[in-house]
Amino acid sequence: MTTVLEVQGLTKGFTMHHLGNHLAAFDQISFDLRAGEFLLLKGQNGAGKSTLLRTLYRSYIAQAGQVIFHSNHGAIDLLRAADVDITLLRREEIGFVTQFLVARPRVSAEALVAEPLRLAGQSAEAALKEARKWLAEFGVKEDLWRAYPTTFSGGEQQKVNLARALILPQKLLLLDEPTASLDVKARAALVARLRELKAAGTAMIGVFHHPDDVAQLIDRVIDLTPGLENEEREDVVV
Amino acid sequence: MTITIDAPKLIKAAPLLRAQNVSKTYGAVQAVRSVSVEVFPGEVLGIVGESGSGKSTFLRMLNLEETPDSGSYTLDLPEVEGNLFDLDRFARRMLCATRIGIVYQNPHLGLLMKHSSSGNVAERLLVAGERRFAVLREKASDALEASEFPLDRLDAPPAELSGGMQQRVQLAKAIALEPALLLLDEPTTGLDVSVQALVLDTLKRLQQDRKITMVIVSHDLGVIRTLADRVMVMRRGEVVEAGLADQIFQDPQHAYTQQLVHAKL
Repeated sequence: MTTVLEVQGLTKGFTMHHLGNHLAAFDQISFDLRAGEFLLLKGQNGAGKSTLLRTLYRSYIAQAGQVIFHSNHGAIDLLRAADVDITLLRREEIGFVTQFLVARPRVSAEALVAEPLRLAGQSAEAALKEARKWLAEFGVKEDLWRAYPTTFSGGEQQKVNLARALILPQKLLLLDEPTASLDVKARAALVARLRELKAAGTAMIGVFHHPDDVAQLIDRVIDLTPGLENEEREDVVV
Repeated sequence: MTITIDAPKLIKAAPLLRAQNVSKTYGAVQAVRSVSVEVFPGEVLGIVGESGSGKSTFLRMLNLEETPDSGSYTLDLPEVEGNLFDLDRFARRMLCATRIGIVYQNPHLGLLMKHSSSGNVAERLLVAGERRFAVLREKASDALEASEFPLDRLDAPPAELSGGMQQRVQLAKAIALEPALLLLDEPTTGLDVSVQALVLDTLKRLQQDRKITMVIVSHDLGVIRTLADRVMVMRRGEVVEAGLADQIFQDPQHAYTQQLVHAKL
């Protein structure tokens, strides 16, 4: 299968100027990821799992290393790509799923979910139709589709967020605890959608508090516990 | 060890706006120090920094209201070529009227407070050469509608309107000619929080529906976070840091940016 991501010597820490110190997150992480592969990150709290996802997404700036992403436009180093190139990749090829919805005032749930399709050039009508399908799939009540999610409960917001994040198939999907506090039906819908995307070739890197939720999807595990050598980190799930 | 960011590789479009080494002094004060920036079509650039950081001065130069001591400024438009700072007054006025829109914090700077709201918007069209009354009236009310201005108040002068409504009139005037570049100088500062949210929402809609390239200056990080794709942090006339908006807010690199982000409520 084709390689999607090549991570080499990725190192991240935080310099806190007001304290005058440097906090290391992880050091010299290397791995490859192929299309359709699901990689689970493990390690105790503070091992840098979410930090690694955010560094790949470029919300965080790495200190060293190289992350080659084989985009549809050609290979590019995500650590050094220009901001506008990252914006383009985020719109078309790299998705990030968290448990939190970023709601906007006066934007309905269905419009929020349809937005990635609109940005990808689909007609308003087609995008809305697809958005409603996914809202239903994740168990958001129909009465709420036209309402503003700003006032929804945490659980309902999360479903809207998942529908939005997973509506457009991506080449690389970064998952930061998307199952936390989801009800049974929504969790089943999430796992089904991830399986479908995986089968279609989406490569995934995930952090899960309860990996059992996605047990059947996991191909490989990387342990971020500090102090391990790179060959000790990797584990293949049989 | 630091990582340096490459030039754009995947984006094929040329930057709409390119400013290079722009500097400006007022007497002994260096207001803007060798600022360079590129903004791509459809992109929203936020400029943050405290009072006196030079951010508003820089924006006024982009609006060709001020001339820098040195530096160049180009817009990738068919009708203009070369350094825009070299244009004569007439050419500047024409370019600003037709391709650059601006919304000021203080509506008095952008509006005739005693003329009707629709007249304020139509004036911009008149400067650009439109003379047909029906077209003026229609285009003005279209722009006011897009700015979510209540159409039953078309004839009310801005002096009689609330702060939020005055900003909508400014916005309508700025977008009446579908500018290539929209400049916003603290557009929501001084408004009530609820009104501020509505104005921000209007701006967000305009950005999505019309794909207008914007440069927005604000000391309010919440405003910048809501609107900007990319953020430039200025201090004492210099750019201390620039990056993707989420990166600047989540992983600021420079000591000053960290202080700024941590000071936010």
